[in-house]
Amino acid sequence: MSFLIGENMTGGYGGADILKGCTVDVDEGEIAVIVGPNGAGKSTAMRAMLGMLELKSGSVRFRGKEITHLSTQARIAEGIAFVPQTNNVFVNMTVLENLEMGAFLRQDDFRETIEQVFELFPILAEKQNQLAGELSGGQRQQVAFGRALMSQPRVLMLDEPTAGVSPIVMDDLFERILEVRQSGVAILMVEQNARQALSIADKGFVLVIGENRHTDTGAALLADPEVKRSFLGG
Amino acid sequence: METITDFINAFVLLLNFILVPGLAYGSQIALGALGITLVYGILRFANFAHGDTMAFGTMVTILVTWWLQSLGITFGLLPTALLALPAGIVATVLILLITDKLVYQHYRRVKTPAVTLLIVSMGVMFMMNGIVRFIIGPNDQRFLDGERFIIHARSFKAMTGLNEGLSIKVSQGITIFIAILLVVALFWFLQKTRTGKAMRAYSDNEDLALLSGVNPDRVVLITWIIVAILATVAGTLYGLDKSFKPFTYLQLLLPMFAAAIVGGVGNPIGAILGGFVIAFSELIVTYAYKKVFVYLLPVSLEPSNLMQLLSTDYKFAVSFFILVLVLLIKPTGILKGNVI
Repeated sequence: MSFLIGENMTGGYGGADILKGCTVDVDEGEIAVIVGPNGAGKSTAMRAMLGMLELKSGSVRFRGKEITHLSTQARIAEGIAFVPQTNNVFVNMTVLENLEMGAFLRQDDFRETIEQVFELFPILAEKQNQLAGELSGGQRQQVAFGRALMSQPRVLMLDEPTAGVSPIVMDDLFERILEVRQSGVAILMVEQNARQALSIADKGFVLVIGENRHTDTGAALLADPEVKRSFLGG
Repeated sequence: METITDFINAFVLLLNFILVPGLAYGSQIALGALGITLVYGILRFANFAHGDTMAFGTMVTILVTWWLQSLGITFGLLPTALLALPAGIVATVLILLITDKLVYQHYRRVKTPAVTLLIVSMGVMFMMNGIVRFIIGPNDQRFLDGERFIIHARSFKAMTGLNEGLSIKVSQGITIFIAILLVVALFWFLQKTRTGKAMRAYSDNEDLALLSGVNPDRVVLITWIIVAILATVAGTLYGLDKSFKPFTYLQLLLPMFAAAIVGGVGNPIGAILGGFVIAFSELIVTYAYKKVFVYLLPVSLEPSNLMQLLSTDYKFAVSFFILVLVLLIKPTGILKGNVI
């Protein structure tokens, strides 16, 4: 049984169904990557698992517990954190305040977690009193990542964490994602850079128009000639 | 020697008719604009009912003041209204929370566009306006008691031997004092407390605040409570300084909105800055400078008219003009705010 699973998910935002019975799951200490062409419903699948859209059918289970009808807020409280692709920092708040907001639901002392985030992203320690809105795209992405880690989540969902950042920053972010996996967090992410993402993935899901096309380990998908031809540009 | 005295006299005139009243009026507008900016930043609509919310809070304060006076309770040298203020605040908190439950909550649930909410708030404005007129009537009410002046013009003249007097009213003194106190408390709350940070986060990025576990209902509740405090205090201070008349409070909407927008709507520091910009612009443009020039210029150049740029009847045109100017040149306001 998977740690977090969205099974046979069907639904969309009103209108036509974007998801047509797709299944995505992730286990502790594992990186699962959702790849696929534009409009395949990659982000939608992730949002459905967060409760940001109503499913017509299918279910979402977390640690064996049915959470299909829980609100997003309740799922966050259960230990799922999400980094949206855009607008993922509080631009008028300092880096430190952004991190504090990530720990909003925690009642215990979270200074240690702040130190851990600073260790992971040293640039944030340097800029802790600067407004997040004044940072570069890559640094913002780090703030967003750090904010999500502050809640000490069991599952971390990342929606295209490397969109719009330079290749160097991208490599660095992937490094950090691997480090976070070490601590036993389940990581589920949607990525445009399919090749690189699959290379660090334990599990990959190739979605096409809301359905699972291929599901295998990252390495196996990278080696699959059909996946290569259709989705990785040969 | 003569010229220095003339110069000082001119200076005292400006202090007495522009600086002191400007600081008091500016504080009142700033407190009102803060309420408008908080509603805009957090609840995301332009609240046209704010002027009448101020009138409602002031009305309750006045009624409780009269009741206290009838019992023979006064506040010594200070106005009794200050004792009644907490009652006015509680009543305003209640009416705002009831309004939110009955009206705004529904529109929030269905995610109504801000423009629709603006119209809704006009409906609330008319209701609130009706309630106030129904209870206390449309006429002028005076409720200031206690000592009138901190410095009286006559004693200032006797003290300094100048021709011109400087007077500072008690109502002006307490306006500035309470405004500073309230603003410091508000900023401490927004910057330092967990709830304050949650409010700023919600105003900054609603979706991300929800993803961080901020409870939107609580943010809305706290916002209305703060707005009620600001509105009642601003209204009561204005009423003490000038007088209370429901229609005047409706008219105050223009300078208050102008202040919020000029400063950068949604930005609390901007609202305060905007309040003083509007207040001083009104006074500077509508003051009759004849006496000042009489002191400063030689007799041969003495002005023959009042040297007034604009009649006080047109003071609202000043807010309007500044508002239009800012919207044309810098729609985000002096300090960067949202675009309305």
